[in-house]
Amino acid sequence: MFSYYLDLALRSLRRNKALTALMVVAIALGIGASMTTLTVLHVLSGDPLPEKSSKLFYPQIDPQDMDGYKPQDDPPAQVTWLDGIALLHAKRGDHQALMTGGAVPVQPAQSSIEPFFEDARYTTADFFPMFDVPLLFGRPWTSADDDSHARVVLISRKLNDKLFQGHDSTGQTLRMEDAAFRIIGVLDGWRPSPHFYDLNSGNYSEDEGVFVPLTTARELKFGRSGSMDCWGKGSGGEDDLEAASCVWLQFWVELDSPAKAAAYKEYLLHYSQEQKTLGRFQRPPNVRLPDLMGWLDYNKVVPGDVRLQAWLAFGFLLVCLVNTVGLMLAKFLRRSSELGVRRALGASKRAVFAQLLVEAGTIGLAGGIGGLLLAFVGLWLVRMQPSDYASLARLDLPMLLATFLLAIGASLLAGLLPAWRACQVTPALQLKSN
Amino acid sequence: MEIRPIEFRPILASLRKHRIPAMLIVLEIALACAVLCNAVFMISQRVNDIHLPSAIDEQGLVSATLRGTDDKLVGSDIPRNLAALRGIVGVQQAAITSSLPLSHNNWGWSFGTSPDSALANRKNINVSLYFIGEGGDKTLGLHMLQGRFFNADELADSKFDTAPLPETHVVVMTRSAAENFWPGQAALGKTIYSKPYYYTVVGVVDDVLRPNVYTQNTRKSYDAVYFPMSAAGSKGALSYYILRGAPQDRDRIMREAEQKLADLNPGAVAKGQTYADIREKYFADMSSMAWMLVLVCVVMLAVTAFGIVGLTSFWVGQRRRQIGIRRAVGATRGHIMQYFQTENLLLTTAGVVVGMGLAFGINIYLMQHYEMSRMPWYYLPGGALALWLLGQASVFGPAQKAASVPPVVATRSV
Repeated sequence: MFSYYLDLALRSLRRNKALTALMVVAIALGIGASMTTLTVLHVLSGDPLPEKSSKLFYPQIDPQDMDGYKPQDDPPAQVTWLDGIALLHAKRGDHQALMTGGAVPVQPAQSSIEPFFEDARYTTADFFPMFDVPLLFGRPWTSADDDSHARVVLISRKLNDKLFQGHDSTGQTLRMEDAAFRIIGVLDGWRPSPHFYDLNSGNYSEDEGVFVPLTTARELKFGRSGSMDCWGKGSGGEDDLEAASCVWLQFWVELDSPAKAAAYKEYLLHYSQEQKTLGRFQRPPNVRLPDLMGWLDYNKVVPGDVRLQAWLAFGFLLVCLVNTVGLMLAKFLRRSSELGVRRALGASKRAVFAQLLVEAGTIGLAGGIGGLLLAFVGLWLVRMQPSDYASLARLDLPMLLATFLLAIGASLLAGLLPAWRACQVTPALQLKSN
Repeated sequence: MEIRPIEFRPILASLRKHRIPAMLIVLEIALACAVLCNAVFMISQRVNDIHLPSAIDEQGLVSATLRGTDDKLVGSDIPRNLAALRGIVGVQQAAITSSLPLSHNNWGWSFGTSPDSALANRKNINVSLYFIGEGGDKTLGLHMLQGRFFNADELADSKFDTAPLPETHVVVMTRSAAENFWPGQAALGKTIYSKPYYYTVVGVVDDVLRPNVYTQNTRKSYDAVYFPMSAAGSKGALSYYILRGAPQDRDRIMREAEQKLADLNPGAVAKGQTYADIREKYFADMSSMAWMLVLVCVVMLAVTAFGIVGLTSFWVGQRRRQIGIRRAVGATRGHIMQYFQTENLLLTTAGVVVGMGLAFGINIYLMQHYEMSRMPWYYLPGGALALWLLGQASVFGPAQKAASVPPVVATRSV
């Protein structure tokens, strides 16, 4: 029966090519525009570490003095050196890492490559197992390396391609800021999006090329970047940030069960209370423990513009749908006489209805294919843009399926009313007027 | 041609018989009107942002940054580099500064107007700090409104000690910053404080943008102050070499400056940029959003027009007999045209009335949830007019087809 309806639908669509094309184009445009923006939204609001994000937490504590204190204020978005190190050494989580961003001059051994600046991450050993960072070659450093300020470095695959033509570079030496580092590992392409672990360096920015132990970076006074908030006596400059009353580091912790998370929050409260007793903290304990997605949400990571665009694209899809409803209505009603004959020959209303919906679905499928092509063009245009997030805009499998479902669903929806109207024809009347 | 008053009644009677298609057209126009008004409003806001004025000579300005130099040697490096840069053919002025408007490289601080203002004082005003060396005013092309720029002594004596504020007592600020500190009063000779530092205003310049702007609050985007800074005491804060030449030379000057700095400072990384590029990059997201909106609007209007053409054509086909009869009993082609045009006008009017309400509602919603300001009222009639024109333009073809139905159709049965 279905194949017969399909045959009827194709015949009918062929009969009036202009109207068919108009409907297909309208659906394709609507689908294309909305899928383009939805894909961007999907990529941007996506989970950077879907396997693990619910176990990663970003502790916030409030070490500030009473100046400008308001009870409902949120604690600072980063931690001080003292607190970071204390939390790190307490080892209350399954994994924990303290980190900040920076940039270092890389002085390649080859004279053919000019010295250049590379974005760097200064962090501690757990960074790699905690974030499931994939390694192409070598291994991450250990906490012993952290303690001994080891001159070791992990580099990104991109940097490895640039300096070592993609060969295994572990054991080689990399000169940075006039110091020699031993390369112990190469990351496989790793670009979590958004750049969740440090939102100061741009939410969707490219990832760092070199990873150096935080202690080593501080010892060698590597250039730091990111945001810093100070209070009270503040800091006396970049060199004594360890003692400064400034927050400038990110601290992440992995807690494998909700019970551990609750216990960790308890621990943070206890820690704040203790520091207050010691006189280092002045405010009442104010702690937060958002998980990864909660942290992204709190920071409103998805650009407002992208959400606006998604709304707009939906409005546009709606216009295209209403348009398709109108055109289908015109098309179906024009065939009233044909439908009258089918009804008179014994087709039930239900059969006619089904036939018309098959026709609507066919249009939807064609529109979906067109929309998909348009979405590819649209995403290609987005990727041409200079935004941080532009290069991430690609269609993945779920979005591809969603496109087709949306196209067919939308056109079936658009076909419902016209099909119902067309079923209402009185066979006798239609036959008579012929 | 005889002019008769337009008869609405038969049109309304016929529309009542085709309630669903008529409602669809009204709905489509309403939605199109709502989306169009809001999209055009967003476009205009983006365009305004992209063209935020800034009183410096943006066309002739080139910047070159140098990273990886030794901060202890800047006292001799900067004068040497500047001398070399001045030697480039076509460079009229060269100077050094800590940051540039729209460079994202912001150094913010807040000051108060009373001597006991400390940093955390809530009444303080947050401003962006620019530290600038000799000749910076002429290189940037700052417009001095009142007072003067820093003199040679002030420039030579200013330095950083342990704090991130300079050891000097003079400041030049923008007109907006002066107005924010002392509303309605002359700023010249007054003092801003951040305990224990204080600075007296010696000059007021025309508004220059901050390194980061606030697109929703453009007034705040101009709160910038200039401090003098010596090369020797700058502790690496002076990182933007700026050069000014004729606009047609800027690309060449940029390349030569980059090369020259790289040659003079082996091991450091030099990067040249024309100021026009800096502005373009800053607003790149906005301009791509604006273009996307334009595209959506155009395509949406096209789709709406197709819809009107399709449905009206269908009506014309359905009514060939009636049209033939009207023609046979004396209606001219003009009357038939007029009938369809009036019908379209009625439908479009209903559509835009609903659409204007919808557009207003959407704007309110966006204002509550996103950074969006209130849409000025004239966008609504503007959108309505656009859809009226679109409706009339798209009905023209089908109406003409209707008018060409010969009267003899009435006598034939199809």
